[in-house]
Amino acid sequence: MSETTNQLLDNLNALAAGLFLLTAFGMVAMRQVGGCLNLFIVQSLMLAASAVLLGLRHQSEHLYGVALVNVISKPLIVPWLLRKTSPAEIYTRREIDQTLNIPTSLLIALALAILAYFLGMPLLHAVGPDFRGPNVPIGIAGLLLGAFTLTVRREAVPLLIGLLAMENGAFLTGISISRNLPLLVELAIATDGLIIVFIMGVLTRAVQKHTGTTAVGTLASLKEAAPEPSANEATQ
Amino acid sequence: MSVIVILLLPLAATVLVCLPGKSEWAAGVTVVSCLTILLFAARVAWMVSGGNSVTAALPVGMLKWIAVDGLSALILLLIAAVGSTAAIFSVGYMAQENREPRKLLLYYANYNLFIFSMLAIPMMAEPTLVWIVVELTTLCSALLVSFENNSEALEAAWKYVVLSLMGAAMALFGFLVLFAAMQAAGGGAYTWTGLVAAAPLMPPVLLQTAFLMILIGLGTKAGLVPMHTWLPDAHSQAPSPVCALLSGVETTAILYVILRLFPVMKAAPNSHAEMWALVLGLISVGVAAFLLLQVRDYKRMFAFSTVEHMGIILAAIGLGASAAGYAAMQQMVSHSMTKSFCFFAAGSALLAVETREIAAVRGLIRRSPVASLALIFGGLGIAGAPPLAVFLSEFSILKAGLTQRHYWATGLLAFFIVIAFFGVMLHINRMVFGAREGEGAVDRKEDSSGENEHRLPFSCRLTLLLAAVPVLVLGFYIPKPLQDLLTQAAAVLTK
Repeated sequence: MSETTNQLLDNLNALAAGLFLLTAFGMVAMRQVGGCLNLFIVQSLMLAASAVLLGLRHQSEHLYGVALVNVISKPLIVPWLLRKTSPAEIYTRREIDQTLNIPTSLLIALALAILAYFLGMPLLHAVGPDFRGPNVPIGIAGLLLGAFTLTVRREAVPLLIGLLAMENGAFLTGISISRNLPLLVELAIATDGLIIVFIMGVLTRAVQKHTGTTAVGTLASLKEAAPEPSANEATQ
Repeated sequence: MSVIVILLLPLAATVLVCLPGKSEWAAGVTVVSCLTILLFAARVAWMVSGGNSVTAALPVGMLKWIAVDGLSALILLLIAAVGSTAAIFSVGYMAQENREPRKLLLYYANYNLFIFSMLAIPMMAEPTLVWIVVELTTLCSALLVSFENNSEALEAAWKYVVLSLMGAAMALFGFLVLFAAMQAAGGGAYTWTGLVAAAPLMPPVLLQTAFLMILIGLGTKAGLVPMHTWLPDAHSQAPSPVCALLSGVETTAILYVILRLFPVMKAAPNSHAEMWALVLGLISVGVAAFLLLQVRDYKRMFAFSTVEHMGIILAAIGLGASAAGYAAMQQMVSHSMTKSFCFFAAGSALLAVETREIAAVRGLIRRSPVASLALIFGGLGIAGAPPLAVFLSEFSILKAGLTQRHYWATGLLAFFIVIAFFGVMLHINRMVFGAREGEGAVDRKEDSSGENEHRLPFSCRLTLLLAAVPVLVLGFYIPKPLQDLLTQAAAVLTK
């Protein structure tokens, strides 16, 4: 391919990766549960777009497969499965009691993204010039921001989305540095993501039935501190 | 072929359990399937310890995915053994509180799937596939942890799933970077053995990053401090036979995946894998030993002891030398056997007194002599009293540490082990022999039902008897085939 097309593909890939990072920030800040899910869908589409662009750039059909698996599983099946398994009303919910307020969360998220850049640089230099691009640092940022989302959110669905976003981050790095991973593995990982959604949906429903809330982050009766008198009555 | 049979049996058992109209068969099917798996696993272990290949009969295409060496065979044997005893224990234990047949079906179906996912860990040769089956162990066991379906069990299951999967995402990143490192070193088959071969050429930055991400990620699931917070919850809230599986073999199987990286790191120039293992291991042992002193729930006590033992094994690897390799393998075996026994004992005590609170159980010896004896035996076993299995393996580790001149680390390790010993025995002594009037704590159950002795279901007593054999025997005699297997497993780690 000509030099200009390559240049264009690189730029488009950088755009997709940039949008990917933006959605990761959005998930930290978005209060609506439904909005969080939409951001995740956009993020997965950006991951797929990046896979296609890198596939074109490096003539790797394998990456088209990755993109296809991603487009089918995450934006389509995950939301469908979530709505099937978990209680419907939680999508309209707004999460008020986050552990940190939104400006503070965003500042920490920003610090994490900068940290990701510094963590990613040595890796980039080690993998060789063929792999240069924004995918490695942004993938690491996706991983860190997903983990951060997990620590500040309390509602079940945003927590689940944080987990899946961490996986997206790992993959965004993966498609750029380990391109030839067997497609069987990709398929298995996608299936695995669906099982995660299913199991966590079932758990969420059970939690709601028993405690009347889906703010699973607030459950904290199990610890070594002095026992509450009623804590052991319910164990049987 | 045994290898394929081992993988197919639990899946077949799951299907059989789920067949409509045969709900009373579920327990029987599970026990038979687990015992058959144990037979096949023993055969595999026997062949491997004799130096034969068990994968020779497989089609060539599969060799890329499945491989069984000494280390794999050892883990396989442990999973099959604890899987069998826990299945037998389940029969009596789960039949206790008049559960709905549908609920029991769900239990046994999940049980078999969980066994499948664990058996697959040591057999997979491809690291990313190993990662997938590790994820599957979390997902298959999540509904087992939440089985009691009260708010505490659900909280435990939720924490378990979220933290394990968070760790898994980190580990996935690690495995992808490891793959990139492999490519940068010139490619080759992405298998455990392929990794060792390619390690000297890998860019050190990539290898180190991958190692740390996988150590942190899977360390979360193996219960290493400071990522252990979910473990005592999940390992205490699940039904007791499931606890035996979670604590006895699941953690060991996850640790196995981490251990697989050590030969790779050793083959690479100046990596500091052993230092990491020693530091992380010692922190785990130390923190768990002191937390053991202040537990209030006897199942949580055994769960913390699992954190301690994972730390001991990792520290043993960190101490280095071939002796530490063999001793660490020995520790894995004795821990799996003893810890599963402990949870069977705890389950028996739970059936007898219906509370998990240590303070509420006093004078258990009068209420259930069998459960009391089991608790004392299990407690002594896991705390490391001679002449039981854990004592022998801990002694070998400390001895190996001293011959390696790691005086400080070995001293600390010994100190923490002694603290943990007192922690465990203090609580068990109070539960079993404590006077009922002491501290105003009264066994509620005994108040209502007088001094009636509680009778354990037959299958529970049988399990206690069966599970006690290895705990006792491995303390002074290790059969020759097992010795060969341990040597082979250690050779995989230290070559």
